[in-house]
Amino acid sequence: MSNNYIGIFDVIGPVMVGPSSSHTSGAATIAWMARQIFSGIPVKATFTLYGSFADTYKGHGTDRALIGGMLGYKSDDIRIRDAYEQAKENGLEVSFIIDTDTEVEHPNTVDVVMEDTGGHTLLIRGESIGGGRVRIKRINDIRVDFTGEYSTLIVGHQDVTGTVAFITSRLAAYKINIAYMKMFRDGKGMKAFTVIESDDFIPDELKEEILEYETVTSVDLIEGM
Amino acid sequence: MDWDFRNAEELLRLCADNDMPISEVMINREMQLGETRREAIIKQIDGCLRVMNVAANRAISDPQTSMGGFLGGEAFKLSKLDDDKTACGTALHNALVYALAIAETNASMGVIVAAPTAGSAGVVPAVLLSIYEYRNIDIETLRHGLINASAIGYLMTRNASVAGAEAGCQAEVGSAAAMAASALAEMLGGTPEQCCDAASIAISNLLGLVCDPVRGLVEVPCQTRNAMGAAAAYTAAELALADVGVHVPLDEMIQIMLDVGRSLPESLRETAKGGCASAPCFCKASSRRSLF
Repeated sequence: MSNNYIGIFDVIGPVMVGPSSSHTSGAATIAWMARQIFSGIPVKATFTLYGSFADTYKGHGTDRALIGGMLGYKSDDIRIRDAYEQAKENGLEVSFIIDTDTEVEHPNTVDVVMEDTGGHTLLIRGESIGGGRVRIKRINDIRVDFTGEYSTLIVGHQDVTGTVAFITSRLAAYKINIAYMKMFRDGKGMKAFTVIESDDFIPDELKEEILEYETVTSVDLIEGM
Repeated sequence: MDWDFRNAEELLRLCADNDMPISEVMINREMQLGETRREAIIKQIDGCLRVMNVAANRAISDPQTSMGGFLGGEAFKLSKLDDDKTACGTALHNALVYALAIAETNASMGVIVAAPTAGSAGVVPAVLLSIYEYRNIDIETLRHGLINASAIGYLMTRNASVAGAEAGCQAEVGSAAAMAASALAEMLGGTPEQCCDAASIAISNLLGLVCDPVRGLVEVPCQTRNAMGAAAAYTAAELALADVGVHVPLDEMIQIMLDVGRSLPESLRETAKGGCASAPCFCKASSRRSLF
C-alpha cells in the first residue's frame, strides 16, 4: 500500500487473476518487475521457488503467474491463465526449480534468472509479502530492497565518488522529487546499484543522460505499479 | 479538518459531526490522505464494480474447472434450482449464486477483485450486486456501498487482521461479511451506527471460523464459505436495521476477533493440516499433503 495509509483500494483490491494474492498476483508482479529491470528481451527464464512458493506453485498458478509476468503481463491480465502457450508463441523458454532446502528470509521467495539471445543474464530475487505486494531483494549478487510501487529508477554503477552526486543532479535538473533513495553495494569501490523512488514521472531522456556517465553501467526504469 | 480515523468510534464521530454516511467520510479520507479527487476515486470504484460483475456472471454462463479440480459449475447449478425448491428469497438466492461464481472464477484463474482477500472475494460483490438488482438501487448507492465496505475492511486490517494464516477464516470471510453487512445497511438507508452494528453482528456470529483449505487450495471449503458469508451479511444487516441483537461495539468485536484468531491452533490457520483439510475423504484420495 502506498503512502503508508490503508486506503479504499488497499482493501478493495488488488484487481487480479486468482486464486491467491500472495502466490498468484505477487508472483506475477515480481516477474513483471524482473522483466523491467532486465534490459534485454528474455528468451530463457529460470524460476527457483523457495518456501511456501515451492509447496503451492501449481495449485495457486504461481508458475503461470511468473511466466505471465516475464512476458510483460501485469497481475490482472487474463492471459496469465494461458501463460505456457503464450511463452511458446513468444519464444520464451521457461523452467522451474523447486528448492525446499535452502533457508530464505521470507516464505514466499523466488529467484528469477533471465537470459537474452546474446547470453546476457540477470538474477532478481523477489518476495511476495502479502496482499499482492512485493519486494525486490537481490539483483545478481547485490542485496537491494525496494517495492516498485513508485516510479523506480535502478542505476547500476561502479562505487566511485561523484556517481551518486551526478545522478541526483540530473534528477534535480528534471525537477524530479526523490521520495526514497538508497545505494546498495558489494563493498567499497565495487559494483553498486542506486535505487531511486519518486512520485513523479521519470522520462526516458533522463535514463539516457544518466547512462552516458562513465561509471554507470545500466539504467532501468519501473513505472509505478 | 482531519478526516482520518483509527477506529469505529472515531469514524462514527466524524459521521455525526458532519452529518454524513460512512461512505462519504471514507471518500473524504481518501481524498485527503491520497491527495486525490472524488472523480478519480469514483472512476476506480466503477472499475472494481465492473470486474466484480464480470467475475460474478462469467462462472454462471461459462463454468470453468478450477486449478485444483474441485470446483466447476456450482454457480450454474444453483442458478438452475427450481423456484419451488428455493428456501431463500430471490435476493439471498442470487447472492449465494454470485458468491459461488466469484469463488469459481478466482479458483480457475479468472480476474477478481480481492475484497479484502482473494479467498473471500465473493462475499462483498455477491451481497452488493444481488441487492442492487433486487431492489433496483441506483448506481451511486451501489458505489457508496462498496466504499462503505472498504471503511469496515480498513478497520479490520488496521486493528485486527484479514489474513487466514494469522487469524483464521473469521479474518477473511468474517471480515468480508462484516464489510458486506455494513454496506448493505447503508444501501438500505441505515444509519452509520446501524452499519457498525451490522458489522459487529456479522463478526460475532462467525467468531472462531477456521481456515482449513483442502490441499492448500483456495477451493474447498472456501467456495461455500463465501456463500455462507454472504448469507451472514444479509442476516446481520437485517437485524441491525431493526436495532436487534447488538451487544458489543464494533471496536471491541474487532479486537475479540483478533484474540480468538491468535488462539486458534496453527493447524487451523491456512496450513491445510486440520479442519476440512484433514477430512478422511480427502486424505484417502492421496497420501501426499498436496496434489502437486
